[in-house]
Amino acid sequence: MKRSSLNKSLLDRLLSSDKAVSISVVLLGFLCGTLLVVAVGRNASGMYSAMLQTLTGLDVTRGTWNIRYVGEWLNASLPLILCGLSMAFAARTGLFNIGAEGQYVVGLTAAQFVALYGPQIPGLHWMLALLAAAVAGGIWGGVVGWLKAKFSVSEVVATIMLNYVAFFASRWLTMLIPGSNTYRTPSFPATARLSNPLINQLTNGSRLNLGLFVVILSCLVFWFVIEKTKLGFELRATGLNKDAAQYAGINVTKGITSSMIIAGAFAGLAGAVVALGSFSYGRVLGGNDNYGFNGIAVALVGNNTAGGTMIAGLLFGMLASAQPLMQSRQIPKEVTWIISGLVVIFISLRAAFRIILDKRAKRRAAELKERIDE
Amino acid sequence: MNDLIRMIPSILMIVSPILISAVGGMICEKAGVVNIALEGLMGIGAFTAATVHVLIESSTPMSVWIAIIAGGLTGLVVSLIHAYASISLNANQVISGTGINLLATGGTIFLAQVIFKMERTQPFKLGMMPGFAGIYPTAWIALGIVLLAWYILYRRPFGLRLRACGEHPQAAASAGIDVRRMRYIAVLASGFLAGVAGACLVLTQTIQYTVNTINGAGFIALAAVSFGRWLPKGVAGASLLFGTAVALAIYMVNIESLRFLPSEFFSILPYIITLITLVLFSGRDYAPRASGQPYERGGS
Repeated sequence: MKRSSLNKSLLDRLLSSDKAVSISVVLLGFLCGTLLVVAVGRNASGMYSAMLQTLTGLDVTRGTWNIRYVGEWLNASLPLILCGLSMAFAARTGLFNIGAEGQYVVGLTAAQFVALYGPQIPGLHWMLALLAAAVAGGIWGGVVGWLKAKFSVSEVVATIMLNYVAFFASRWLTMLIPGSNTYRTPSFPATARLSNPLINQLTNGSRLNLGLFVVILSCLVFWFVIEKTKLGFELRATGLNKDAAQYAGINVTKGITSSMIIAGAFAGLAGAVVALGSFSYGRVLGGNDNYGFNGIAVALVGNNTAGGTMIAGLLFGMLASAQPLMQSRQIPKEVTWIISGLVVIFISLRAAFRIILDKRAKRRAAELKERIDE
Repeated sequence: MNDLIRMIPSILMIVSPILISAVGGMICEKAGVVNIALEGLMGIGAFTAATVHVLIESSTPMSVWIAIIAGGLTGLVVSLIHAYASISLNANQVISGTGINLLATGGTIFLAQVIFKMERTQPFKLGMMPGFAGIYPTAWIALGIVLLAWYILYRRPFGLRLRACGEHPQAAASAGIDVRRMRYIAVLASGFLAGVAGACLVLTQTIQYTVNTINGAGFIALAAVSFGRWLPKGVAGASLLFGTAVALAIYMVNIESLRFLPSEFFSILPYIITLITLVLFSGRDYAPRASGQPYERGGS
């Protein structure tokens, strides 16, 4: 008997579910990474025991347990989640924010300046630094949105340009600070730092810090703005169909600019969380931290939602944080970058699923017609 | 001014890879596909060239040239991913390009660890030798590539067809042009040229491939395509200007009259100039109209 393709099969459902696709793409990335490690003659179990140690603190090779690894994992995830939110917010408005890296850098730079020159009032000082970072990132992103809306300058090209402007400007400005050399500024006062004795104690001296709450709050804000506010509705409408949104009376120009401002603010916060959480002095950047670029992968895997981005950020944070452990187990740590790259490439191939789905739907329609004709 | 004249060989050394890569990017966009993977493809070409050269330099005097071809071919092969995703599957071109950029950093250093047991390739003894007046042969390669690209794009029917695919693919298709095939050719050409560019860079400017070898040259090339208004002479001029800015950022310590400026000033210039010109020319359509848009056969 011929198998009826009239009803939507499991395959149809899997291919049309964003969550299932994300999970399979990630699994495929891990599979390729594992094969690669095996292909070069290393023991892949080292890769997974490194990941296990990162996730749980359990070192199976020595039978020891240290919660500090968990703290470091969460800490590594914080900027990735924030940069992912930045990318995701813009994507919901139909924009490709490849500039989270630059917005991250201006946020980091602004936070460093406020940390060094702001009022040293406990509790207020670091909040001001965070605020400055969000504002700086917001301006940096907003400029792109404005150029896009007003002059239809491609946001992809504009953000790539601004990434480099941010990087070199940050070096220039930071080296102007008295007492700085070519790689660092004087130390931050304690009031500017995000480290917290309680979190520190709980995680056995990891670098995890108050940034954790900044990230949780940011995820909630993202969800609330996108799903529950008029602005969020307008932005989503613009993202789905710009012309229809305009026709419906939505101010698309304003929408694109405000979307990029909010996206930039998330990335700017990421810069502050890293600067004030993981370092005790301002850095003169020698190279990109790459949180912004990895944020692209995070948002793509997270399907541009708050919850998805958070989970994807934790995943990529785990990969980043497991690197030194892999290296100590003779696994080339670059395999984690390869996995991230492959995941993004597989996601771009996702378009193929739509083609398959269309074909199957057409076949179903044809079969239905055949039966009716009978 | 004398300082600047003395810098000409260094400037050309830096301009050449940027120009070669930018010509590739231009051809690609002319056919309607944006290639933001230039940076990653250059890295892959540079890694391949550095590896091939260090392995065979003692056995053949042609080593440098073999390395350049190898770099180009590897770039071509990797760009197949971008071509397949963006042309055959109508995927988002920016996403697959980003994927290649991410993959290039990880992949090259991973292979370096496997082949050389360190995070960079083993340094080679001798790179490419400068020729007449201290100018590297890469400058002539770059010049040849621009002229060839101009000739093919603007003086051959093939070039006209390729450009049609970037301006109005549906019209091109109705005139009997195989849009997908044209776009494949363009993407693979840009992959090859980016690979060659990376090879030229590593063989003239340094002695090994590291994670910082390319350091934004591919993105500068991308900027040069926009600033050069997607025209061969414009792209050549833009690459010359941007390459000079990069050279000044590196060598300005030798120039008395410029020492008051931080080197970052020159590093920023190419990007600021590109942004300003994009705004100034925004009213007019210089970009290929269908650049970045997937072409769906039979689609309305």
